[in-house]
Amino acid sequence: MLNVGKIEEGFVLDHIKAGKSLSLYEHLQLDKLDCTVAIIKNARSAKMGKKDILKVECDINTLDLDVLAFIDHNITVNVIKNGDIVEKKELVLPRQIKNVIRCHNPRCITSIEQGLPHIFLLADEEKAVYRCKYCEEKFSEKF
Amino acid sequence: MRHLMSPLDFTTEELEELFDLAGDIERNPQKYAHACEGKILATCFYEPSTRTRLSFESAMTRLGGRVIGFSDANSSSAAKGESVSDTIRVISCYADICAMRHPKEGAPMVAAEKSLIPVINAGDGGHQHPTQTLTDLLTIRSLNGTLGGFTLGLCGDLKFGRTVHSLINALVRYNNIRFLFISPEELKVPDYITDMLREKNIPYEEVIRLEDVMPQLDLLYMTRVQKERFFNEEDYVRLKDFYILDAGKMKLAKENMLVLHPLPRVNEISVEVDEDPRAAYFRQAQYGVYVRMALILTLLNIKL
Repeated sequence: MLNVGKIEEGFVLDHIKAGKSLSLYEHLQLDKLDCTVAIIKNARSAKMGKKDILKVECDINTLDLDVLAFIDHNITVNVIKNGDIVEKKELVLPRQIKNVIRCHNPRCITSIEQGLPHIFLLADEEKAVYRCKYCEEKFSEKF
Repeated sequence: MRHLMSPLDFTTEELEELFDLAGDIERNPQKYAHACEGKILATCFYEPSTRTRLSFESAMTRLGGRVIGFSDANSSSAAKGESVSDTIRVISCYADICAMRHPKEGAPMVAAEKSLIPVINAGDGGHQHPTQTLTDLLTIRSLNGTLGGFTLGLCGDLKFGRTVHSLINALVRYNNIRFLFISPEELKVPDYITDMLREKNIPYEEVIRLEDVMPQLDLLYMTRVQKERFFNEEDYVRLKDFYILDAGKMKLAKENMLVLHPLPRVNEISVEVDEDPRAAYFRQAQYGVYVRMALILTLLNIKL
């Protein structure tokens, strides 16, 4: 099995659905951070069969937990300090997400109004359904 | 400051007050003839809708106020590329209240976020049309006696028909209402509506043939298949005359069933139905003026 070394300070995102780590990497804009990132794909998991893991060596505050929760609130966030897990953060679906996803409804005002943010509101917590604040179209794209 | 974006912006208690006020206006029009003197309503209509615009203009004029505005995007600064946010900031300097119709869904909400005056959503794409809903509710309350305890059939374009979506959203707050959705497969009510009904345990059925359900209905709400909502001309031509309510179908209905229609109608209600005492759609247009008068007074916080 492939071994990836421990990180000293940062976070480990565990239990990512297998194959989804790259999409997560993009949405968390990790490409813009000047730090070490390890992407582990298809790791063995007792719970999930296969899973992805992201290890990022940087300040935990740089991570947008709302975006992460929106993408998959079942991901485990381990905060690492001095090489040890000091905290496991619970992800809660955000009430609102801004400029993370775009409304694809061609009839929505967001398609033409300059400078208007793309805001989605949590419409159904149980089913994790988000709707555009303006046209109420359901966001249905899968990550 | 309050706006009206959706029928749900008002609680059912607030709606009762609004409808009581509309009733008082109907009985005592003279009492309100100068209520809005010195006030200006801006009608910002980015797509043509003579009926809704004239209803607003009639309402403000009957209250003694004045009206400014435009009736299509080509005669406004939108044709020069001005955003809704900028337009409403300017309109806020010219008027005391604004009624906005826009082909893009959510445009009046964008306006309300930037506006210094109350904004009324006068229809946004296929999304909401709350003043039509207030009209429908007032008509049902006035002619049926109560809001609740009936089977309502909604027939025609239930996919793009914003009047239908707004009406359903408003009626789910009342008790003992059963919905019958009558539409062709291609124009079925959107999933967010049926999801919401299931969640609230409100009974509904989806059927294709109007004749099959006519005897069950206490109210029938007919809608027009709107050409402007289609991207494809072929689909429109195929679906536009899917339903035609005529005297034959009316024979299947209850004696006291009411037929409503947001108007304008094209072919979906045969003119022979107009003389039937159950046809309530022209009275509905009159209630539209009363409810808009009541709404303008309420949003401007004018009490007599």
